Amino acid sequence: MKLKGKAWKYGDDVDTDVIIPARYLNTSDPAELAKHCMEDIDAEYAAKVSPGDFIVAGKNFGCGSSREHAPISIKASGASAVIARSFARIFYRNSFNMGLPIFEAPQAVDEIDKGDLLSVDMESGLLRNETKRKEYRIVPVPPFMQELVAAGGLLNYVSARRKGK
Amino acid sequence: MGMTLTEKILAKHAGRDRVEPGELILAKVDLALGNDVTSPIAIDAVRKLGVREVFDREKIALVPDHFAPNKDIKSAGQMKMMREFAREYGIVNYFEVGRMGIEHVLLPDEGLVVPGDLVIGADSHTCTYGALCAFSTGVGSTDLAAAMISGEVWLKVPSTLRIVLSGKPGKWVEGKDVILHIIGKIGVDGALYQAMEYAGDGLASLPMAWRFTISNMAIEAGAKNGIFPFDGATRAYADARAKRTFEIVTADKDAKYAAEMGVDLSALEPQVAFPHLPENTKPLSQVGNVPVDQVVVGSCTNGRIEDLRSAASVLRGRKVHDGVRMLIFPATQEIYLQAMREGLMEVFVTAGAAFSTPTCGPCLGGHMGVLAKGERAIATTNRNFVGRMGHPESEVYLANPAIAAASAVLGRIGSPDEIR
Repeated sequence: MKLKGKAWKYGDDVDTDVIIPARYLNTSDPAELAKHCMEDIDAEYAAKVSPGDFIVAGKNFGCGSSREHAPISIKASGASAVIARSFARIFYRNSFNMGLPIFEAPQAVDEIDKGDLLSVDMESGLLRNETKRKEYRIVPVPPFMQELVAAGGLLNYVSARRKGK
Repeated sequence: MGMTLTEKILAKHAGRDRVEPGELILAKVDLALGNDVTSPIAIDAVRKLGVREVFDREKIALVPDHFAPNKDIKSAGQMKMMREFAREYGIVNYFEVGRMGIEHVLLPDEGLVVPGDLVIGADSHTCTYGALCAFSTGVGSTDLAAAMISGEVWLKVPSTLRIVLSGKPGKWVEGKDVILHIIGKIGVDGALYQAMEYAGDGLASLPMAWRFTISNMAIEAGAKNGIFPFDGATRAYADARAKRTFEIVTADKDAKYAAEMGVDLSALEPQVAFPHLPENTKPLSQVGNVPVDQVVVGSCTNGRIEDLRSAASVLRGRKVHDGVRMLIFPATQEIYLQAMREGLMEVFVTAGAAFSTPTCGPCLGGHMGVLAKGERAIATTNRNFVGRMGHPESEVYLANPAIAAASAVLGRIGSPDEIR
């Protein structure tokens, strides 16, 4: 699968409260959550993001709450993936469980600027900064996480196991 | 090679003799938890899969606490969805408003979490139960759905950071200061993907309430869990409350730790975390003049009876400053009643503070104490991210209950020693 879009760049420790503020957690409707995605860190994002765009950030992206509303709002906003130096563990888990692609690529993050055109080839694990004509290798995903993605997420995986018993 | 506390509990629940850091395991859960914000997504998933039965009706806990009592029509809908699911699926441990409490104080106090357990919860502060020498960690709603169906969870075995506590804490220093100090040292991702395991002779001066506070904020260092060894304090707490038999787990003498750090409790001052990360800590003496508009005492971090006693000891016979709103949230109905019996409620109300029914409300900017643009609060809660308690241009400072109470009297962040 190939992903392509422009970069929205943020710093370190982007927390779940700025990804989707708690005042909007009285619903889990993806379209509604998408309207407020990144609102407290970047009021422009939700209105101007184009389908396929990437969120690019520093270390510990998604720290804080366990709210799955965070990856849900990012996915529903149209972003194709998040690229970061590192991810907080619950956000990492949630993203795989609900099918939002996320990639660790520390060097690429340092060299990406806001608005750069990026592409990712998920099979070969290559990230290309089309604007700067540079290529990077994404940190490989553990085999189990690949299985989860292949099964179509955790619930399908669990469901298949259950029927097998 | 021996195993750490976390490795031992995980191995046991995976039906294995041993596990190694980095391994992915499938483990059985003793309890799976959800609240009114996270359960609806899980409930939707369970229903959509056509699953008519949960794995065990007694091993699931559903607690409406974030936006409870219903803060608006939408959250009332989420709460109704939980209630109907609990009834339909026969969930034994559903806690209605009036009988509920903040999940992470309620569940151990109700004896539903016991030493040696493996607990997952769709709430990041599920790591609180490590205080009981249990493994517990926060997950998402999809993980909760999977656990409700299968009784199992996938986990990566974390490596362990050992934290050796020594000495005795001085005046006004509490559990909150120990964990804020540690987070200040290692940073908000200082223990990312790791277990934090406490050890050392300093443990003897940490009451259970403080241990719950310390384990509660493991997530604020990026950790998977924060676990304490089983000792006399754990025994006394568990014997009084546990609803199941439990097994005592100990770390092996030759367990392998990824890193070790020491904390001298006698050298600690009360700590204050500045906006907008819990790692921005300063000792109280270096805070300077920081006026506050609101003071919050409560939450899963510091809403226990010991916390209310600490705040009341400072407030007794004093008044909340004219320019300050002080809000106090006992974490459970039991604590509420105890505060009433001990006369703490009278201390608070006489001082001019509001005393509320249990809720997570203001901690996450939900309701019952949301901040306006430009307002500043000091709170005994766990996070001070941008917009955490309300407007994105408001500020939250984190501290222990005694410092919060003193700040309410002073109208600025300060020590009980500054009050005449």
